[in-house]
Amino acid sequence: MTDQAYNFAYLDEQTKRMIRRAILKGLAIPGYQVPFASREMPMPYGWGTGGVQVSAAVLTPDDRFKVIDQGADDTTNAVSIRSFFQRTAGVATTTATREATVIQTRHRIPEEPLTEGQILVYQVPIPEPLRFLEPRESETRKMHSLEEYGLMHVKLYEDISRHGHIATSYAYPVKVEGRYVMDPSPIPKFDNPKLGDMAAIQLFGAGREQRIYALPPYTRVISLDFEDHPFEPSKADHPCGMCAATDSYLDELIVDDAGGRMFVCSDTDYCEARQAAGHIGKDNGGKGAA
Amino acid sequence: MQAETLSGGFADPAIAASYAFRTVMEAMARPGTVREIAGAAPPAPLSPAAGAVLLTLCDTETPVYLAGAANCDAVRAWLAFHTGAPLVGASHCMFALGTWEALAPLSEYSIGSSEYPDRSATLIVECPALDASGAVLTGPGIQTEASLSLPEVAAFRANRRLFPLGLDFLFTSGDRIAALPRSTQVSAPMGAAQVS
Repeated sequence: MTDQAYNFAYLDEQTKRMIRRAILKGLAIPGYQVPFASREMPMPYGWGTGGVQVSAAVLTPDDRFKVIDQGADDTTNAVSIRSFFQRTAGVATTTATREATVIQTRHRIPEEPLTEGQILVYQVPIPEPLRFLEPRESETRKMHSLEEYGLMHVKLYEDISRHGHIATSYAYPVKVEGRYVMDPSPIPKFDNPKLGDMAAIQLFGAGREQRIYALPPYTRVISLDFEDHPFEPSKADHPCGMCAATDSYLDELIVDDAGGRMFVCSDTDYCEARQAAGHIGKDNGGKGAA
Repeated sequence: MQAETLSGGFADPAIAASYAFRTVMEAMARPGTVREIAGAAPPAPLSPAAGAVLLTLCDTETPVYLAGAANCDAVRAWLAFHTGAPLVGASHCMFALGTWEALAPLSEYSIGSSEYPDRSATLIVECPALDASGAVLTGPGIQTEASLSLPEVAAFRANRRLFPLGLDFLFTSGDRIAALPRSTQVSAPMGAAQVS
């Protein structure tokens, strides 16, 4: 540890105990949002204060920590959170998904399937899936307790009546173990099928909204839909320009002033590993290059 | 004050608690798996595992109920010195600790409310032995099914029917720990008579 002035992993022990108790209740009631006394962190709300507090509560000195922001290891947010725990917890860090034991993520699930030894910590802005339908916390809490989720289906139905299909493309609501409707954080709906039956533990932290929730491994998670409009994970219909992957979620990049564009994997580790293995996309000098 | 009251805590509290918590969390996330948890040396009759759980999760904000033999001078003084947790009766506790027989009846403990099901008790059950055999478990955290040597089956089935309300259980024996959250379905072991 380089900065002895801080307690291990920054937070004081009493705060960590409080967060740890909330995590255990969250795991015992999958999909239910456990209130917790979120602390001020040395970063603004919206930069992952919830995820950071959950990570601080679960990290041990033996962990290898990875942080991704929209799939990328090299954005400002990801780099600063990674170095934050490198300094305050002395943990090893990595950008390789398979080497990490704890992965904090903003808005993506890594492409590579996670394993039993891993923990995925999500940064969550608005944990309440019903919030934009009903602004009062007292009411949404009642709706969860009564399993009154009709309003959510009305919202999806309005999508269909307006657009002809369910237009919700991220933060797509899911039902956990047939009980709680849960916001999976703003991951693209392409990632929704990975939520269920995952080998790793998934923890969700919302700092400003002061909620923690969790999915134990191998939990049943269903994306809400209708019989005649089944859930469809979607992605841009292109191969990755850098690594030619056809199975990964893609970001669209505008590359010049003439409106030229390319599609690349949002998961930088996945893309780099594929390129290193010899997969070359058309914007990277590969087959079909302009 | 006796020496054993002051000793037996975590040697390096922040680090030891981080390891202990990960063990408790993995146990709670994967019901039926039995793990080793170390670092605490509480006075008898507490097991080292139960001591580690108390040190990891309890403080002045968590009312604790000591049931039966666990409610002795040595344990009370140790708990007070190391955690500061207030001692209360069964109906007001966040954590309860004792043998299965001493903790009964389960109807005493808080199972949470429908709007706040997390406000429920966690029971730390001291067991003579703990291994992955016996009652069959299915549910969140379990890929197909798991087995755990539970003290009985009927009480846990009744607890599951309360979901999302209900009690959560940590089982401790020596330096071993396992967990059973309220979400787990419990059935009698294959071949055993159907439990009443």
